[in-house]
Amino acid sequence: MPIQYYIFFCLTLFSIGMVGVLTRRNAIIVFMCIELMLNAVNLLLVAFSKMYHGAALQLAPGTTAGIDAQIFVFFIMVVAAAEVSVGLAIIVMMYRNTHSVDINFLNRLKN
Amino acid sequence: MKLIIGLIVLFPLVGFLFNGLGRNIWNKKVIAFMATGFIAISFVFSILAFLNVQSSGAAMVHFFDFINTDTIKIPFDFKVDGLSSLFLLVITGVGTLIHLYSTAYMKEEEAPHYARYFAYLNLFIFSMLLLVLGDNYVIMFIGWEGVGLCSYLLIGYWFTNATYNYAAKKAFIMNRIGDLGFLLAIFWLIVKLGTVSYGSVLTAESLAKLSSTDITAITLLLFVGAMGKSAQIPLYTWLPDAMAGPTPVSALIHAATMVTAGIYMITRSNILFSASEFTGHVVAIVGISTALLAATIALKQNDIKKVLAYSTVSQLGYMFLGLGVGAYSGAVFHVITHAFFKALLFLGAGSVIHAMHHEQDIRKMGGLKSKLPITHITFLIGCIAIAGVPPFSGFFSKDEILAAAFAKSPIYWVLGVIGAAMTAFYMFRLYATTFLGQFRGTHEQEHHLHESPVAMTLPLILLAVASAIAGAIGIPELMGGHHWLAHQLMPIIGEAKEATLTHQTEWALMAASVSIAIIALLIALNKYKRQADDEPQTSLGKFLYHKWHIDELYDNIIVQPLNRFAGFLKNVVEKNVIDGAVNGTGRLVQYSARKLRLIQNGQVGYYILFIVLGIIVLFLCWFNDVAILRFLSFLTNKS
Repeated sequence: MPIQYYIFFCLTLFSIGMVGVLTRRNAIIVFMCIELMLNAVNLLLVAFSKMYHGAALQLAPGTTAGIDAQIFVFFIMVVAAAEVSVGLAIIVMMYRNTHSVDINFLNRLKN
Repeated sequence: MKLIIGLIVLFPLVGFLFNGLGRNIWNKKVIAFMATGFIAISFVFSILAFLNVQSSGAAMVHFFDFINTDTIKIPFDFKVDGLSSLFLLVITGVGTLIHLYSTAYMKEEEAPHYARYFAYLNLFIFSMLLLVLGDNYVIMFIGWEGVGLCSYLLIGYWFTNATYNYAAKKAFIMNRIGDLGFLLAIFWLIVKLGTVSYGSVLTAESLAKLSSTDITAITLLLFVGAMGKSAQIPLYTWLPDAMAGPTPVSALIHAATMVTAGIYMITRSNILFSASEFTGHVVAIVGISTALLAATIALKQNDIKKVLAYSTVSQLGYMFLGLGVGAYSGAVFHVITHAFFKALLFLGAGSVIHAMHHEQDIRKMGGLKSKLPITHITFLIGCIAIAGVPPFSGFFSKDEILAAAFAKSPIYWVLGVIGAAMTAFYMFRLYATTFLGQFRGTHEQEHHLHESPVAMTLPLILLAVASAIAGAIGIPELMGGHHWLAHQLMPIIGEAKEATLTHQTEWALMAASVSIAIIALLIALNKYKRQADDEPQTSLGKFLYHKWHIDELYDNIIVQPLNRFAGFLKNVVEKNVIDGAVNGTGRLVQYSARKLRLIQNGQVGYYILFIVLGIIVLFLCWFNDVAILRFLSFLTNKS
């Protein structure tokens, strides 16, 4: 598949995530949208890595050039999982305090 | 020679420092003695320098380099030749007499002010000596500005009087206008020739390097400088106002020396001036117009010093007429004789004012002949000399100028003779009203009338003798004389272009001008020997009495518009434009701050939105539109 498809797909995914973050008030949905953006970038990283590796294989069969990014993605996913657990914990704590997951309710930065 | 010249200049400077710094220390006797003594010593050395020039010719002495760069070199040099040594004698000689006179005239002043007066006077002599001794235009300009400064300080000497301060400022500002012309001429010379020394500027080679436009422009600019300093149309109105200063100051600065600086400068640059026909005409026309204008005003003035002031302006006009028609030696001759008789007349007027307890209106005088015998006789000699009656000095110098004017154009001569007749008339009007007839002042004034002390009468007598016999230095060859002065000046102004007049014409001209002058003075004597002038009745009389309304004219066309322009700048430009910009900046910052503050509302969502928008803007900035277009085409084409 041409790389452009991946790029368009990732852009769309990222934009959906961004719009979600900006417009939704439910903390869990916002959190999900952030994950969406993160995974869009992750996917793009894999796609570029694949493209680069494919091009390198044609010049020199058996090379491993470009493959490292695909390994890197796993690390990102591990870190993201850790982050999700922290984020969900925060939301749980927030719900316990305010009985709501509405982020606009927590605008205590003001004043 | 270097020592002599250095000392001539140094002594007045020492006198200035001595009296200026010690004004609270010395008593009046010390101040007067030192101030007069330093100038007298300077006079003695001037005589030595003069004799030295007579025996061994012109001398040039180098002191140090005033300005020394790659492109221009201005040395601090002095030059003593026939012209400057004569001026030296006049300045220090007349200066000494006037210092002596001042010691008595100013004796009512407090000691510190007495010292201030003499300090200024010494500084003036110092500046004047720099002016005439300098060997280049820059040194001359230093002296030129120095005398202007001293003139300002001395006119405003009685600084508690606002009118006097105004007169001082007027003199200073009008002189600045002229000085600008002089300065521009110097710059022009530097740009074109790279030097300002007389020795290299005033040569045939330099003239060859200058185009005729250059020469005309430079000479006209120099003449503008001379106009300011020597009170010619249109810059003459400061001189009559300058009479606000003490009378000896008027005698020294505004009659004998400073106002003749313009004539000295033009005579010094005569090679340039002779090269421009146009400038010659301008100089002559300005000169003769000034002579006539000032003479008509003098006819109707009633202030004894104002008459003399306008007379000075008028005589300076004659000198410029002489310069304009190429009679340089005649102009210098008239400078010298004028220095004597006009200083004499001013000092005589000072003696009268002194006796009358500071009364200057001649209508309140009269009959002073018997009360002030010495002042009377010396004043009379001065009047005869300025009226041009032979064999007094004024006759010879004025005749030389008139003869040269006739050779150039008979119109100049006719106008000159009319001016000379008016000169004789107003001088004898002044003389008769002041000294003849009945005393018209108060009884108290009459009771206190007294002849002035010796310190004042001695200078009068010496100057009267000089006024009577100074003509001897320039007796024309026509009368079997030798014209010593013309020979003296020959190295500077070249062989006098002999007027192409026959002896018969010259005699006729002489007889005509002298008889007209004598008739005018007899009419004046007859008319005013019993009564003073009334308030002018005719419109012409009023017009002359009000000085042609020139001051009002200048006020209306220059001062008022400038004031209004300044008012416009102050009220409109300053308030609206400058203040508007400054306050507007402040208000803009405050306003935008008030509005931008609303963005920070504590809603994190908005912050994120602005972060996203900011990133998009940054992308647009970093990847300019070409890069973005290429990216888009990459996305579409490759698919």
